[in-house]
Amino acid sequence: MAEVSLKGEQRVFMTGNEVCAWAAVAAKADIMYGYPITPQNEIMHYWTRLAPKHGKRFLQTEDEISAGFTTLGGVMSGRKAFTATAGPGNVLMQESAGMAEMMRIPIVYIIQQRGGPSTATVIYAQQETTLTTFGGNGEGHRIVYSTANHQELFDYTIKAFDAAWTYRFPTFVLGDGYQAKMREPLTLYDPDERGLELVKPQAMLGDTEKPERESKHLRNTYNTEDELYEVVMKNQHDWDKMAKEVVEWDAKGCEDADIILLTHGIVSRAALTAYNQLRAQGKKVGYFRPITVRPFPGEQLKDACKGAKKLFVAESAYGQLMKLVQHEIFGSTIEIVPMLRPGVGITTEEIIEEYNKL
Amino acid sequence: MQELTENNVLQPAIPSSWDEATKPHKFCPGCGHGIILKCLGEAIDELGIKDKMVFGCDIGCSLLAWDFFDVDSVQTHHGRTTPVITGMKRANTDIIGVAYMGDGGGYAIGSQHLFNAAVRGEKITIILCNNCNYGMTGGQMAPTTLPGMKTETTPYGRDVEQTGHPTKGPEMVAAVAPEGAYIARGTISNPRQLKGFIKKALQNQMEGNGISFVECLSSCPTNWRTNAKQTWEFVEKDMAEYFKVGELRTSQAKEG
Repeated sequence: MAEVSLKGEQRVFMTGNEVCAWAAVAAKADIMYGYPITPQNEIMHYWTRLAPKHGKRFLQTEDEISAGFTTLGGVMSGRKAFTATAGPGNVLMQESAGMAEMMRIPIVYIIQQRGGPSTATVIYAQQETTLTTFGGNGEGHRIVYSTANHQELFDYTIKAFDAAWTYRFPTFVLGDGYQAKMREPLTLYDPDERGLELVKPQAMLGDTEKPERESKHLRNTYNTEDELYEVVMKNQHDWDKMAKEVVEWDAKGCEDADIILLTHGIVSRAALTAYNQLRAQGKKVGYFRPITVRPFPGEQLKDACKGAKKLFVAESAYGQLMKLVQHEIFGSTIEIVPMLRPGVGITTEEIIEEYNKL
Repeated sequence: MQELTENNVLQPAIPSSWDEATKPHKFCPGCGHGIILKCLGEAIDELGIKDKMVFGCDIGCSLLAWDFFDVDSVQTHHGRTTPVITGMKRANTDIIGVAYMGDGGGYAIGSQHLFNAAVRGEKITIILCNNCNYGMTGGQMAPTTLPGMKTETTPYGRDVEQTGHPTKGPEMVAAVAPEGAYIARGTISNPRQLKGFIKKALQNQMEGNGISFVECLSSCPTNWRTNAKQTWEFVEKDMAEYFKVGELRTSQAKEG
């Protein structure tokens, strides 16, 4: 692995998985728990190389269920703990995510999406969008950052720890196999040196530094419907309040656009290039990208769509982003034009080709 | 401990690690959980480890212990108490972590966690209540249901040809755990011995030797549909005949 450090800003050229490991170090994560699955393996590989040098720990568990729950244990102990997975592993980790939602445990998951359903491919997809935003038997009380490039993988992994520990909702970094395996230039930095104050973790249980503490009893089971209702509604209220503060998006040229290109994650890079090329040709095209796919920038999208005639939705899944969009802009009469390619990458040329058919 | 009140009435001895506000406890009359948790409570008191304790309980009847102790406690998911306590202990080694579960949590839905925690020699204490059935859900066959025993899902008796033989948990853990493990099977019919096993299991964790595992033979008259005499006979005779009580592994370090 490259000899780099977080001292001073450093330009590096590395894979997305390596970036995630460095970002976790930069975010002052204490411990990672993980189970091998492609395409996220190198996050563990780099973390296990970096961890001893930075006084950090790693545990390889027996499966992703265990990886999720050991991570919850680490977080409850007051440590910044995280895990990483993909595909079927993401399915198994939703059980722990549900417990995190109910008990407000600030766990961080890094997801590098692969093809689905089932084992599918180890390469790439955006088919874990529904699972990552709404997995589990709950209400989707979580934060999901959908990254598009390596700088974002670094920035938003650091941000994910802060968001989780600030708002106490499970937080996901939603990448994909292309981002995981591809090499790209980016700038590594120490958040402290940039004046970014990282949120400090606190123990929920077993704070052995405070032997006189009152004992705490945490649970996720309730006796009556009313009792549960109170808890879920309080979490919903907190989530709604949080949503306004964490929601992020990017929009370009939507004010006078006839057609708006709507994408998330790495597909938005193809869309952005298409947008720039089409604008250069004088086409009235817009670009909109949710960075948080949960909470979704619904109001911002509605605003962006006001004058447009068509919303061109392109994704590497069969309508998972589109479903979120349809829900968020309910009531709008804008025509949705889908470009749905489950498990397949989408290029600038393909977007322009589809655009030209409109 | 036991005190005489003004009227010379002997008060029941309640461990100081218990949370009195949540007593009487929520278990059925005749259930063995109370005896196991009393043994655990006394062991915590005697070792003076209340402030370091994290008590994790599983799903099933064991979850009713979520507010049983005046120690930091967490109720987890079915089978997932072992990884939660493992994760806590790995992140903060000063904790004394106890994972409390039933036979379903340990030997069925969470068996991969028990097995691998044992293989890795996780420095935690696992206490498992074996009552030969799934109690909370209404008395279905468990991994520990005895051959021929009637349950809701084996109404004509457990057929070992179809469902296999009862799981011998401590034997399995003893077979795979590295040196430093403490492994025993106690019974609620001998609380003095059971408390001794649990205490040693906690000490073994405090000394950082390895995994500590105690299975406790316990009773479930509600689902067994037994009276007091039959319940006791089943625990003392039928269960103890199949599940041998005693220590399977003691810490090498302590034996010197």
